[in-house]
Amino acid sequence: MSAVRVLVGTRKGAFVLTSDAVRKKWDISGPHFAGWEIYHIKGSPADPNRLYASQSSSWFGQVIHRSNDGGKTWEPVGNEFAYDGVPGTHQFYDGTQHPWEFTRVWYLEPSPTDPDTVYAGVEDAALFRTRDGGQTWQELPGLRSAKGHLWQPGAGGMCLHTILLDPRNPKRIYTAISAAGAFRSDDGGSTWKPVTRGLQSKYELPDPNAEVGHCVHNIAMHPSRPDVLFMQKHWDVMRSDDAGESWYEISGNLPTDFGFPIAVHAHEPETVYVVPIKSDSEHYPPEGKLRVYRSRSGGNEWEALTKGLPQSDCYVNVLRSAMAVDSLDSCGVYFGTTGGQVYASADSGDNWAPIVRDLPAVLSVEVQTLL
Amino acid sequence: MMRIVLPTHLWRLANSSREVEILVEDPVTIGAALDALEAQYPVLRGTIRDHVTKVRRPFIRFFACGEDLSHEPPETPLPEAVVTGVEPLRVVGAMAGG
Repeated sequence: MSAVRVLVGTRKGAFVLTSDAVRKKWDISGPHFAGWEIYHIKGSPADPNRLYASQSSSWFGQVIHRSNDGGKTWEPVGNEFAYDGVPGTHQFYDGTQHPWEFTRVWYLEPSPTDPDTVYAGVEDAALFRTRDGGQTWQELPGLRSAKGHLWQPGAGGMCLHTILLDPRNPKRIYTAISAAGAFRSDDGGSTWKPVTRGLQSKYELPDPNAEVGHCVHNIAMHPSRPDVLFMQKHWDVMRSDDAGESWYEISGNLPTDFGFPIAVHAHEPETVYVVPIKSDSEHYPPEGKLRVYRSRSGGNEWEALTKGLPQSDCYVNVLRSAMAVDSLDSCGVYFGTTGGQVYASADSGDNWAPIVRDLPAVLSVEVQTLL
Repeated sequence: MMRIVLPTHLWRLANSSREVEILVEDPVTIGAALDALEAQYPVLRGTIRDHVTKVRRPFIRFFACGEDLSHEPPETPLPEAVVTGVEPLRVVGAMAGG
């Protein structure tokens, strides 16, 4: 029988939530790595019991763990992320040049075909890869050659937080960095170019043709149509139909076009989800109402999904890696909040219920559909 | 054998007890003690000091015999009481926050 496993990273540990396909009764395991900030956990599509987790601590630095049994047990693997060659400098908040310094791993993207190959997005922004199950990590330095000296940190640090592997073209990789923008490689990660034409960030970047410097928060694609990308930018929800070569805005009737995560329905490539958030400084839902917005037309026309979500006095945030979908026949949608709730919908977002209410602040949510 | 007391996160990570015993060749310095600790527990590499530069992480402190050795260079000899195992070297996560 089918089942789902939800991998939740929080400020104080990891939690593994499992259920059968009905998705009403949940088993909760954790905290794993108690006290560590878990920026991301993700499973290998090639071997669903192979999981990778990123633990981070201001005191003790970076640790990576690997599980071979679906998260029941874990073993530490390599935690050395050394930039290739002399790391050089990037732009700092004050406009001066600042040395590249490794802080943490924000995002782990396992290969679709090899359980031992994983990409890691780090702060200060760079892309690393392991081919030995996490024992050693090597940088793909071509990314930082894409005008890296002009990249600058966003409010959360200069983080590479999104990695998308094109399921039809193993040579094509997308990354997104705050606040540098979106980048694409067509040669397996050796060389990169910014893919930002059409993005407008007029308050941060007066130059309308600026290739880098855009604060991209998250990008999503549907595996059946990998040239179509959906982006939640600092402001604006954007879409590209040509693999990032050009973007156009699809914010439409959203109450605010600021937010962090964006996700695509597992079976409907034109159905997209965002969580509008009030900004710049508040970072909570408008009017204290936690609403997921769904577009079934690929953008511009959005409907609020509210059933089962708090519609008053709710002031949580939903961070960029904290929303995911499962691929059961009735698509499940999941997101976690900075208030420690993980909400799930087993019917594409029509109805929601919390799986758990009182975890530490949620940093990331990933879902595995187990057949 | 000398003794090193680890903070909770690190002894759990190392799957050890809070206090570990390590053998350090003479001269027993701060750096030599950390080298031996990391050789015995490779998972601790990078968690106390930088992988490459060996610089102490900012929120890690080293205490021994009531003294703060955090800012001493790595070639600093450890006190005799630590070398002989009478007193431990304490690796401490600094208090930080409000």
